[in-house]
Amino acid sequence: MNSAIQWETFPHEADIGVRGVGSTMAEAFAGVALAMTSAICDPAKVGAGETAHIECAAPDDEQLLVDWLNALVYEMATRRMLFARFDVGIENHRLVATAWGEAVDVARHEPAAEVKGATFCELAVRQQADGQWLAQCVVDV
Amino acid sequence: MDLNKLRQRGEFEWELPATGRMRVPGVIFASRELVLAMDEKVAEQVANVAGLPGIVSASYAMPDAHWGYGFPIGGVAAFAAEDGGVVSAGGVGFDISCGVRTLLTGLKRADIAAQQARLADLLYARIPAGVGSTGGIRLDAGGMAAMLQGGARWAVREGYGSEADLAHIEEHGCVAGADPSAVSEQAKKRQRDEMGTLGSGNHYLEVQEVSEIFDVAAAQAYGLAAGDVVVSIHCGSRGLGHQIGTDYLREMVVAAPAAGIALPDRELACAPIQSALGQRYLGAMRAGINCALANRQILTHLARQAFAAVFPGVHLPLLYDVSHNTCKEETHTVDGHQRRLFVHRKGATRAFGPGHRELPPEYVRVGQPVLVGGSMGTASWILAGGAAAGSNAEERAFGSACHGAGRAMSRHEATRRWQGRALIDELAARGILIRSPSPRGVAEEAPLAYKDVGAVVDASDRAGLARKVARLAPLVCIKG
Repeated sequence: MNSAIQWETFPHEADIGVRGVGSTMAEAFAGVALAMTSAICDPAKVGAGETAHIECAAPDDEQLLVDWLNALVYEMATRRMLFARFDVGIENHRLVATAWGEAVDVARHEPAAEVKGATFCELAVRQQADGQWLAQCVVDV
Repeated sequence: MDLNKLRQRGEFEWELPATGRMRVPGVIFASRELVLAMDEKVAEQVANVAGLPGIVSASYAMPDAHWGYGFPIGGVAAFAAEDGGVVSAGGVGFDISCGVRTLLTGLKRADIAAQQARLADLLYARIPAGVGSTGGIRLDAGGMAAMLQGGARWAVREGYGSEADLAHIEEHGCVAGADPSAVSEQAKKRQRDEMGTLGSGNHYLEVQEVSEIFDVAAAQAYGLAAGDVVVSIHCGSRGLGHQIGTDYLREMVVAAPAAGIALPDRELACAPIQSALGQRYLGAMRAGINCALANRQILTHLARQAFAAVFPGVHLPLLYDVSHNTCKEETHTVDGHQRRLFVHRKGATRAFGPGHRELPPEYVRVGQPVLVGGSMGTASWILAGGAAAGSNAEERAFGSACHGAGRAMSRHEATRRWQGRALIDELAARGILIRSPSPRGVAEEAPLAYKDVGAVVDASDRAGLARKVARLAPLVCIKG
């Protein structure tokens, strides 16, 4: 993954905010996905042996971020996986991505919480004054 | 919250006057201290809900109200279909019908003292908990549809529990009008392996001791006495409910402008009750409620098996089962007239008072059991809905009360302050045995990360929402 991508979680009264920053919107989306994994467990413990292919389209970039995270939630839930590496491409509110991860290993990953879904709360996708892209929202855990 | 924007109606009742786009006032039931501690976002969200089409009487907030999505958590609002009223996927939330049920055991604390660790281990072995866990049941398409239509009634037919359980569940364990065809294939796929699983986060199964009785008559009606051991289960509709929330929130946001609904916050996503989308959501959401009821019924069966292995011949009758995140069609008296309303309770409990026709005969004299979860090191509570019989007090907030303590700090802050394994040791030293696959998850749910549930319960009692009956202290906690 591009080392310029930054990610973090931020506090919310009941749940967890997830944020990614990168030189492009696609990098910011990759960052926010990694932040979502960190809401569940330490991403450094997650291997990258399996892949998931994800495509989504939305009327605007903010909805696209929610759709992207919810597509990952769906893959995690139905395949019992965690993801730690993301290659994201975005064009005209359409996203095509590959996520690398592995099956949940409770003893090794010690997952703290399951993400139920991405919300519209604190949702933002924007280019900042310094030219960097920011993507964020609160996820329900 | 700034008290200057509120008008005090009583010691535990505060009005947010209707201004701007608000169609009705907001009403917050809480002590001065609890209102002061509430985020300004709660007032904003109460006001936003008050502006939704077809809202009746007021936009209510319970004593445990806190910043949610669209609706505050602890928000109650009712809508009339004939007035263009709406049903809101945001007003129900992701974890449809998340709720609590409590089982009696007939045992006293002294009976289990010597077996407490063995019981904790057996429960932990039997109850699938945590991220990635799967249940022992696999549903094919026909089985899934039957479960979504039948709820706990389906689970009893499948051998999980007895008919007697159903009388002690809202709607007798099965909400009518569920439409499995309105539930997406993705939602069904998420649920395929998750029947009979606890989940994670703030979900739990606890063995508790009745530590104090406050209302002897109600406690007798509920079968509770000081020193009794009970079991409480807190969980919801698992992946199915989460995906229904995700699917319909998106669809309602996209459809709102065409329906003439201006959303001040996308999380308030809603559709007219009488629209095709509103009806489809109601069908799917009711299927989600039934899924939650079936799930808690299966977990009850697993808990009973664990208890029977340690205490042969023991019976665990169901005291009651309440749901927190729902929209239910109910009859209420508004300005002297009986009206059919769609009552949204988001992080709030139904709390019907004495004499209500939907209560089982053994509880009708004292009111509905209201089961309020606390945090794992502190207390949970059992209340009785409404004001005392004969008090002639009017029903408040469409017969609703608080649902829990609410967080005092973020998960982030909790993991900064506490270390999971140290916390588990500290609680064990106090006689509370925690079993969880995730130490970090335990730290995020640390007792002090939650507000004092006692203050919330006191305010519910004093505001006339629900009366204190019994306090429960934890002995064993299985956390996801």
